[in-house]
Amino acid sequence: MDKRSKALRRRMIEIMHLGGRGHLAPAMSLVEIVRVLYDDIMRFDPENPQWEARDRFILSKGHGCLAQYAMLEDKGFITCDDACCFCKFDGILGGHPERDKIPGVEASTGSLGHGLSIGVGFALAARHAGRDNRVFVVMGDGECNEGSVWEAAMSASKNRLDNLVAMVDYNKQQSYGTTTEVLDLEPFADKWRAFGFACVEVDGHDVDALREVLSSVPAEKGRPTAIICHTVKGKGIPFIERDLTWHHRTKLSDELYNSLIEAVS
Amino acid sequence: MRKTCLNCIYDIAREHEDVFFVGSDLGYKTLDDFKEEMPDRFFMEGISEQHVIGMAAGLAMEGKTVYVNTIATFLTRRCFDQTAMDLCLHNVPVRLVGNGGGMVYAPLGPTHMAIEDIAIMRALPNMTVVAPCDAEEMARFMPQTVDWEGPIYIRLGKGYDPVVSKPELGFTLGKGIPYREGKDVLLVSTGVSLHGCIDAADLLAEKGVSAAIMHSPTIKPFDDELLLSMADGVKAVVPVEEHTVIGGLGDAVGAALLASGRTSLPAFRKVGIPDVFTENYGSQKELMRHFGMDGEGIAKTVMDLIA
Ligand SMILES: Cc1ncc(C[n+]2csc(CCOP(=O)(O)OP(=O)(O)O)c2C)c(N)n1
Repeated sequence: MDKRSKALRRRMIEIMHLGGRGHLAPAMSLVEIVRVLYDDIMRFDPENPQWEARDRFILSKGHGCLAQYAMLEDKGFITCDDACCFCKFDGILGGHPERDKIPGVEASTGSLGHGLSIGVGFALAARHAGRDNRVFVVMGDGECNEGSVWEAAMSASKNRLDNLVAMVDYNKQQSYGTTTEVLDLEPFADKWRAFGFACVEVDGHDVDALREVLSSVPAEKGRPTAIICHTVKGKGIPFIERDLTWHHRTKLSDELYNSLIEAVS
Repeated sequence: MRKTCLNCIYDIAREHEDVFFVGSDLGYKTLDDFKEEMPDRFFMEGISEQHVIGMAAGLAMEGKTVYVNTIATFLTRRCFDQTAMDLCLHNVPVRLVGNGGGMVYAPLGPTHMAIEDIAIMRALPNMTVVAPCDAEEMARFMPQTVDWEGPIYIRLGKGYDPVVSKPELGFTLGKGIPYREGKDVLLVSTGVSLHGCIDAADLLAEKGVSAAIMHSPTIKPFDDELLLSMADGVKAVVPVEEHTVIGGLGDAVGAALLASGRTSLPAFRKVGIPDVFTENYGSQKELMRHFGMDGEGIAKTVMDLIA
């Protein structure tokens, strides 16, 4: 893991600690996905978050917001003070991201299974306006249990939205257990293809591979793209990787905090 | 309270072979003992609330009693049509157990704050709505869910709330509880709002105002009779709920008073969350204070009303 990935993780741990709680493991599996999107792929202007031609990013698995918050701070959408008030009474950063509160957040999420439909709306609006911006929606694998994800998928493909990219953080775990235990998604790539998407798979922690895949979307002209990112829940901190007690945590002791920081130093 | 509720479900299931449990994607190890001992009656079906409710309805139509558990907002909002049609229209014995009713999940924002659950559940024909105030009241209530006809929505509080319910007052599903006597004003509580009402009544007593408390864990059917008898002769009635002021306990109380046909009615004001999505995060306690639902806030509302 390179310096930047570690630094982002460190910042996420700090923000979580300041808020006294957070979905740490779900955010850790997202770091490289979010990083590559913001560093190399998406078009945006932190000085003008409402710039019409910006690419739209929806973190449909809103509980992974620590990864997005660290990135928004890094890019200058929000300040260090904002980050320090994570989950505080008067803060703008809550346990899930909210539009109209946080610059750079396009849709309020946290109820799973909403993002892709909103993304379809964004993509249709872009086409209608003749804009060439793209829409990136990041979902959890457990999130894909929701029927609404597949309703949105059918609509995206019916409308031939090749400006829409659905990314799945496929860490093979959800809240209660593994995805195979709770509700198996396999054959997952075939499902997306059957729903009319061009589907590619990638190692969701390999920055170069992500860059390559994301640089060549749409994967097929005239179709929405699905990118299945193979990831590890809790990635980067060995003692929380794949440990479901880290799905959501409150009351982080100083000792635990120090060992988390140490793990990404 | 949540732990007690789940333990009760486990106990009930051990005694009744027709009792099933269905979760969506709950916390790691939730009801592990149930799963181990009665695996054929334990289901964790994924983040698919609409399906989970429909599936529970199907089981119930086949004679099972089904306990469904997930976070309150998703259990009420995310599958409302299934609840209305599959559960309520068919009037089947499914028990919806909603974690984190009210503002328990304050730091997680509007997606997780169940502030209109009572209103939307209460609006459905055949639905019973219950919000116990603490773990012990929960334990007295749960055994009564086994044979109750039709669906029940059960709103859970935070857990580890201080115990304020009194065993000697008992618990009867569908009945209110005359919690405290008083002659000047009547406070009406449901769920954990009883805590704030007790604090308020103490504060009011210091000011020479004698406040009665009617605790109403069952919001629907609402105990009009107890309300009207306790409201007899008081100057003001103030219902308090951790919920929007639209469509919840306050409206049940107000409607009962108006429908009583009495010519002189007490002053009336609802304490609850105004008609907004909460702008703040922080803690449940901070938000309660913010909305004037702690003891001080309630006492102030009462004093303003009777001034
Ligand atoms: C509609 C809805 N139901 C339930 C939840 C509660 N919940 C939050 S995160 C989560 C698990 C998500 O799993 P997944 O999408 O795989 O993301 P991961 O945390 O594993 O990365 C659940 C059930 C929710 N936020 N929204």
